[in-house]
Amino acid sequence: MKRGPLAHFLLWVFFLGMLATPVVLRRISSQHAATQAGEATCQSALARYGFCLTEVSQQAGIHFVHQSPVLDQKLAGIMPEIASMGASVSIVDFDRDGWPDIYATNSRTGSLNHLYRNNHDGTFTDVAAQMGIADVNQAGTGVSMGAVWGDYDNDGYEDLFLIKWGKPMLFHNDHGRGFTDVTAQAGLPAWINANTATWLDYDGDGKLDLFVGGYYPEDVNLWHLANTRMMPNSFEYANNGGRKYLFHNLGNGRFEEVSEKAGITSRRWALGCAAADLQGTGYPDLFVANDYGVSELYLNDHGHFHDAGQETGVGFAPKSGMDAAFGDIFNQGKYAIYVSNISEEGVLIQGNNLWVPQQGKTLHYENLARDLGVELGGWSFGAQFGDLNNDGTLDLYLENGYISASKTRSYWYDFSKVAGGNSSIISDADHWPAFDGRSLSGYQQKKVWINDGAGKFIDVAQAVGATDRYDGRSIALADLWNTGALDAVVANQGGPLLIYKNTVAPGNDWIEFDLEGTSSNRSAIGAQVTLYWNGAEQIQPVTGGEGFASENDRRLHFGLGKDPHIDKAVIRWPSGRMQTLDHLAANQLVHVKEPA
Amino acid sequence: MTPPPAITRPAAQQALWKRLLDSRFAPPVFITLILLIGNLSFGILESYQKTLLAIVTAMVTEMALGKFFLGKWPHPASAYITGISVGILLRSPAFWPYALCAAISITSKYALRVKGRHICNPSNFGICAMLFLASESVAGLSIQWGNNLASLIVIWTLGALILWRAKRFQITATYLVSFFLLALLRAHITGDPWQSEISPITGPEYQLFMFFMITDPKTTLKSWKGQCLVAAAIAVVEMLLRLDQSVYAPLYALFLVGPPALLIEMWLNVRRKNRTAPLPQLRPEMAQ
Repeated sequence: MKRGPLAHFLLWVFFLGMLATPVVLRRISSQHAATQAGEATCQSALARYGFCLTEVSQQAGIHFVHQSPVLDQKLAGIMPEIASMGASVSIVDFDRDGWPDIYATNSRTGSLNHLYRNNHDGTFTDVAAQMGIADVNQAGTGVSMGAVWGDYDNDGYEDLFLIKWGKPMLFHNDHGRGFTDVTAQAGLPAWINANTATWLDYDGDGKLDLFVGGYYPEDVNLWHLANTRMMPNSFEYANNGGRKYLFHNLGNGRFEEVSEKAGITSRRWALGCAAADLQGTGYPDLFVANDYGVSELYLNDHGHFHDAGQETGVGFAPKSGMDAAFGDIFNQGKYAIYVSNISEEGVLIQGNNLWVPQQGKTLHYENLARDLGVELGGWSFGAQFGDLNNDGTLDLYLENGYISASKTRSYWYDFSKVAGGNSSIISDADHWPAFDGRSLSGYQQKKVWINDGAGKFIDVAQAVGATDRYDGRSIALADLWNTGALDAVVANQGGPLLIYKNTVAPGNDWIEFDLEGTSSNRSAIGAQVTLYWNGAEQIQPVTGGEGFASENDRRLHFGLGKDPHIDKAVIRWPSGRMQTLDHLAANQLVHVKEPA
Repeated sequence: MTPPPAITRPAAQQALWKRLLDSRFAPPVFITLILLIGNLSFGILESYQKTLLAIVTAMVTEMALGKFFLGKWPHPASAYITGISVGILLRSPAFWPYALCAAISITSKYALRVKGRHICNPSNFGICAMLFLASESVAGLSIQWGNNLASLIVIWTLGALILWRAKRFQITATYLVSFFLLALLRAHITGDPWQSEISPITGPEYQLFMFFMITDPKTTLKSWKGQCLVAAAIAVVEMLLRLDQSVYAPLYALFLVGPPALLIEMWLNVRRKNRTAPLPQLRPEMAQ
């Protein structure tokens, strides 16, 4: 080259400087993380972040440990991967005593599900067997994958739909005194391999309908496989999953399957779904997060859906969608949608999506997960929005961790080796190397991102006490003890059900709403409350299942910050009726019945 | 990666498509087509901006360093391919790794030179450096292009045609055969299904690796035999890395085999010249 030694010296300085840049950035980042981790006491968390979480499941009398399914031995080599779901939690006040109860699913044949009745004193009692919804994983009927609650017959008590790999089950709530299996009368299919479902009144007739998203095809019996070609035919564009169902409530305890008629025909592998009115039409739209492919957004055209995933921007880049949750993160009266995916350092960085609606005449979303700091969450599963410190902005709690086995040996190499290959290779379980006790994104740190109200989320999980490393799946938020703070209940695959009791620093106020429909469905699913206070505005929907195999407390919780002045709360009921509540005081639970 | 040299037959005597295939623009056009088809069909890029950033950074760095160190404006095709390869093969939620990787790749061409010749495949060096040094921020290509046979056949056919015209098909063919044979050996050693061992080569990362990286004229040997030998050696080292469960085994194998192979060839050339001419006058040759 023409230049002399000085130029070459400078070139090498430039070159080495560039090579050193990532190392320097990593060091700065780890120093920042170490600073945060060094103050992990409840007092410091209260002072710094305004809340702290304490795991109290044992004190609360909850000793449940989830059991994973054991499937056909043809899958023995990759059993940890196939049997990696089923831990779920949903919140319901099944006996209408005003205190949230907890339902947790189990997933081994013969294992029992648990319904924890709230004793109002910080403890819970398992009444599932007494109520008739414990022994639901009997041989030949499949096993539980999740549960969603909705009052399908409008009698005032929440009924239970049990999501299964197997025979789906519907239980009628007999006024809080027990449950009756009404699956046969309801006309549900004999077998669905599903992981997600949500109640919604898609046609606005005042009766709750039910959406169920299939995962494995419905003709696959995972306990008696005809062959091993039951895996996805692509890890990005799979279209050989289970079908999707939309059960229209006929009003006589029966349901009619209308998915095709309503415009839902996909066979992508659904893992998460949620419904809310995203267009402002008064009808609930449906978001479906699919594994091995793009998400789907079914916009509701007055009772008929069309998939607007691509036109709205959410359905283009395929990832591994596990969860769908709504949150008005900017206090603008609009829902952002959070979808969890997979990220593993140095191997696979899909990044989670935070779909934020853009200004304009048509509905269009932009992924701002990176900008807001909620993109990287490991092998992510359930996530929920909720104001954990009552500061008036929605925070985000994310569960993660896929398979925790060996602490020294990983399956990632074999996973990446096969997953990128041709469909004829990856779709056959026989072609996959055996796990042999290895982990796959195991022992991961959870994420509790607090919203700073200025466009950034900061992970404070370790500092506020969310320190478990189980394989988190489902998370539900609820004010379990009616204290005005959102507690978190976490279901772990093959692990314990955790109760994180939330202590909020004094000073920040709150308000909660408990809605009851009259001409709308009685659960008020599909209603939305917009709260106006101190010049801010926040909208929240009542959903019939949200996140990953979970359902939050039906009551809506708003944090208000310090010294709030509440201007009004505007409720739009599923019937279309608008109701405005004035003169609301903070720090109370407001019961609202839909005006006649 | 740099494009193959132009074929010297009189351009006027060739059909347009042949001239296109033979020109220095063929590889950039081919890789751009792969990118566009992949993105329009399967959305392989979550962000055009990141790929554009990598391309612009690579070209600006190339222009600046080329003009400064070589005294002339370099042909942009090489930097374009480097940039676009970084844009496709690197995955990161952040923007900075794309710019940094592209800049490192191009700068390596000027910093890592022996007797006037750069010894590392630029994009391979840049991506390996990022995977080594910034594993918390970047990953390799993880997205697929449909997993169907049709797209695989189209890309392989087009790639093979271009390489055939550029007289470099033997490199890819040798690597391909070696990979398949060694995949069977790996399956025998590990006890894993043989299908899982051949699975990687049916994915998109290998399409770029086989058709662009290991055939890069500037960083491959001159002799036909040498090229085949190095291709086989890359496959062997890759196998060893795979037995050690290295996710990015092919990239690291090229990183480990390519530069030593070039140095050995240069040493052999010097020795040969020394034998034929007792007092050789070595003059640095300009590779660009």
